[in-house]
Amino acid sequence: MTLVIIGTYIVSLSLIIGSGFILVGVIGLLKFNDPMTRLHAPTKVGTVGIGMLLLASIIHSFDIGKPSTHELLIMAFLFVTAPISANFIAKVNIHRRACETPPSPPKDGTWSTLDVPEEDVAT
Amino acid sequence: MARAFHWLVPHPLLTVILTFVWMLLQNELSAGMVVFGLILGIIIPWGTSIWWPDTPRGFRPAKMIGYSLVVIWDIIIANIQVAWIVLTVPTAKLKPAWIVVPLKLREPEAITMLAGTITLTPGTVSADLSDEGHSLLVHVLHTDDPDGVRDDIETRYEARLLEIFT
Repeated sequence: MTLVIIGTYIVSLSLIIGSGFILVGVIGLLKFNDPMTRLHAPTKVGTVGIGMLLLASIIHSFDIGKPSTHELLIMAFLFVTAPISANFIAKVNIHRRACETPPSPPKDGTWSTLDVPEEDVAT
Repeated sequence: MARAFHWLVPHPLLTVILTFVWMLLQNELSAGMVVFGLILGIIIPWGTSIWWPDTPRGFRPAKMIGYSLVVIWDIIIANIQVAWIVLTVPTAKLKPAWIVVPLKLREPEAITMLAGTITLTPGTVSADLSDEGHSLLVHVLHTDDPDGVRDDIETRYEARLLEIFT
């Protein structure tokens, strides 16, 4: 009985922490005004935010006696795919010149996103 | 024998991971599920192997566990830092910066992993790769010391990845 109650408390605590982080992510998205800085808040804070919500889900499933570990997969897939979408948004920003032009690389010619034919450069 | 094994299981680690993912998806532990997971784990890498012919040489899974723990710890710590920056630093005082990380890693898998790690650890997003693949472009949300962030990435993540992919 007490274990179930402790579990419930842990679930609620995880939910509060998770939603708190997601709230901070949303605030960051609204507050910053440059496309590159706006990219930071949601992609980052989201990982721990959603991680805590999924943790709450796992603990709750054990709490009610129907163990489930699907959430681990969601977490794994999220951690693999989140950087890729962030990378694509960053690439679009660079391509559209929506942000400061990055310094050129020391060794190679240019950044691969900037390496496009003249007529394709977005204006 | 070894060649037949390699033909059947071109990526042994992937087979193990796929079996494990299948069992997690099914949410049950039974012999039938393990066997079906193994069948999937053999068929999927075999069917898709023409798209990735190069197996990363010398991959050390044991060091990977230590690396994952370091990354998870960094994600939690840095999340709190970014939350603090978002809530307290006014937009006008924010100091975003581009930093260029010279890459010692050469294998595409290792570079992908480094880029993913940089994006997951808050405060930094890996934005682009140079056209020959010798440097990585990273955007930092708020820093007073861009060179310090670069050195941090090199010593903390790249050095460990160099040990994992040797």
